[in-house]
Amino acid sequence: MNYIRESDKMEKRNARQTREIVVPGDILDGTGMRPGENAYVLDGKVRACVMGVRNVFQNTVGVIPLRGCYMPTSGDTVIGVIEDIGPSNWLVDISAPYPAPLHVSEVPWKVEFGDTSRYLTLGDVVLLKVLAVDESKKISVTMKDSGLRKIEGGRLVKVSHSKVSRVIGKSGSMISMLKNMTDCRITVGQNGLIWVDGDDENADVAVDAIKMIEEQAQSSNLTDRIKEFIESKIPQDEEYDDEGDE
Amino acid sequence: MSGHTDMVLVDENGMRIDGRTADQHRPFKVEAGVLNNADGSAYVEIGKNKVLAAVYGPRECHPRHLQNPTKAIVQCKYNMQAFSVSDRKRPGPDRRSIEISKIISEALEKVVLTELYPRASIDVYIEILQANAGTRCAGLTAASVALADAGIPMRDIVPALAAGKADGHVLLDLNKEEDNYGQADVPIAIIPSTDEIVLLQMDGNMTREEFDHGIEMAVAGCHELYELQKDALKRRYSKKAEEESE
Amino acid sequence: MSVMSEIKRDYIEGLIANGKRADGRSLTDVREIKVVTDVIESADGSARVKLGNTEVIAGVKIIPGTPFPDTPNIGVLTTGAELIPMAHPTFESGPPGEDAIELARVVDRGIRESGMVDVEALCITPGEEVWMCFVDIYALDYDGNLFDAANLAAVCALKSATIPGEQYGKGENKPLPITCTPISITEVKVGNDLIVDPNFDEEQISSARLTVTTDDIGNFRAMQKGGCGSITLDELSLCLDRAVEKGAEIRKIIG
Repeated sequence: MNYIRESDKMEKRNARQTREIVVPGDILDGTGMRPGENAYVLDGKVRACVMGVRNVFQNTVGVIPLRGCYMPTSGDTVIGVIEDIGPSNWLVDISAPYPAPLHVSEVPWKVEFGDTSRYLTLGDVVLLKVLAVDESKKISVTMKDSGLRKIEGGRLVKVSHSKVSRVIGKSGSMISMLKNMTDCRITVGQNGLIWVDGDDENADVAVDAIKMIEEQAQSSNLTDRIKEFIESKIPQDEEYDDEGDE
Repeated sequence: MSGHTDMVLVDENGMRIDGRTADQHRPFKVEAGVLNNADGSAYVEIGKNKVLAAVYGPRECHPRHLQNPTKAIVQCKYNMQAFSVSDRKRPGPDRRSIEISKIISEALEKVVLTELYPRASIDVYIEILQANAGTRCAGLTAASVALADAGIPMRDIVPALAAGKADGHVLLDLNKEEDNYGQADVPIAIIPSTDEIVLLQMDGNMTREEFDHGIEMAVAGCHELYELQKDALKRRYSKKAEEESE
Repeated sequence: MSVMSEIKRDYIEGLIANGKRADGRSLTDVREIKVVTDVIESADGSARVKLGNTEVIAGVKIIPGTPFPDTPNIGVLTTGAELIPMAHPTFESGPPGEDAIELARVVDRGIRESGMVDVEALCITPGEEVWMCFVDIYALDYDGNLFDAANLAAVCALKSATIPGEQYGKGENKPLPITCTPISITEVKVGNDLIVDPNFDEEQISSARLTVTTDDIGNFRAMQKGGCGSITLDELSLCLDRAVEKGAEIRKIIG
């Protein structure tokens, strides 16, 4: 529920490579490899079209972006904030270039026409799923699926969406370590919004750890650093068993 | 271009008043990621020109009637600050800055992969902190670094530099005196991977030979500037990586 | 418009009610101040100021001009401010709006009413020509409390300014005559608490704002209350005490 498989894939491809930073226009390959994500071909050479890390997967070469805005894809779980209310829908800010309309038929309540603000109002935080994104990038979202809901209490942290896969970690290793060591409930939206709920002090540590992951996403042995950091803040009853990723 | 002076702009040894030879540009300085709020930002100095650029987006396009259902639009606003010139400039847009904003927007639209973000706007703000001939080139140079820094997909980074003519000599990168009392000014911007021209203006009086020579120098100067643009972007992340691995 | 999530609002309000702030400051701490002067050679004085993550640039231009008929021997001092869209996603381009105008006028009042610039010394030929001093302020990065950041930038730019006599054939270049250092301290009310130097989020959830400008000896020279909320007389008294105390601290930092 808290993350989707796509990020695992990214993380695997990403693992154990020298992190060569490239910028738009840089030549990624001139030996006949195929262009992967965020790459294009000019005169037989593959070039980068975003700033990021050069990424080789089999015989394709592409770029994993370091920056940039979140673009929703269907199936993503996202956290959003209600930013406008209409008679039969809400507009949700999901940190994408476009707000996502949430129609009354996609919420788990029976809402009469014009009665929308009784259920969700400005500033309310919701956990949604992206149903579809059409060619002109029109987004449809739903709140009718298991676990989807209005979120109350706790804390919200915003990280760059390109760092979400690091927060989750390989096969979810990072996020489960965070949850276990801080004893917090944590929900990660693919759009970079993360909800943390737990005891005040522990939540502070979890939030700081998430920010640390975002800042240091480029560095190696991140899991160990984060583990050390949390241990220094919260004494662990028993040694948390790190499954040894990275 | 119409000014007259007894000032010798190029001496008998081919030396210019600031000690440069005909084909030498002024010192360049490029920094990426200099502001917090903007999605991408850059600071550029070309000689005494000091320029900041910030990028927001892709985000919802305002005003809405400018939206294009098939691609994003690039909206650039070039602004000279009141104290940037020797006489105080009255704040607010004038005909000159509106024209410059338009040609810079068009130059950038050529390299940005706008079709990825239908209906959106990519907003570029260029602020001239200090002007000394060549602000549109410095502005465009900064803007393209800011776009890459914002993680916006683009074919290449765009450098811009002017050539011109003073005292009958074809010169690279005119300074203020050469611009005021010279005979021609030709600012250009190129896509370095293909040497395509995306911005070109000319005023003054040049022969075909002089013009060809000027363009040749300006293109070579653009390629030098391009290396600094790429370096500024990469430096931003390699510095971070170093700090982390201390 | 940007809508703040209820969760964030509750969190920040909860912290402040317990005497804490999200960035770790106490309710009365001012964020770190960084000042660089003489950053713009085309200006006669300039300063780039960072107050935490809020960043502002101010430039001074000093130009000969005609005095106002009712003050024939007194120089002219004008302050302008622009909230350019570079500084924040909610700022829009166009002529200065009410926020920018209020900002410029509050900064102007502090400088003018404190007599910071000796405007009588700006007379060139009585009744005919005086120095006109323009202070232009631009917000570059907005994370709350533009009032104090703009005040600092304007004050530091003026303190670094030179009257360009030689450029206009009006005698030698000389420093702009400065008599004191007016410092503004802005507080906002969140719940029942007053906090000094609010950041963007704190400003968003505040009900009222008070800016108090003091001079070198701690006298009050300008004030401005903003926002739709109210403040009590006791709260006012607290703000005034803090403005004197914090103003003196900042005066030491900027020298």
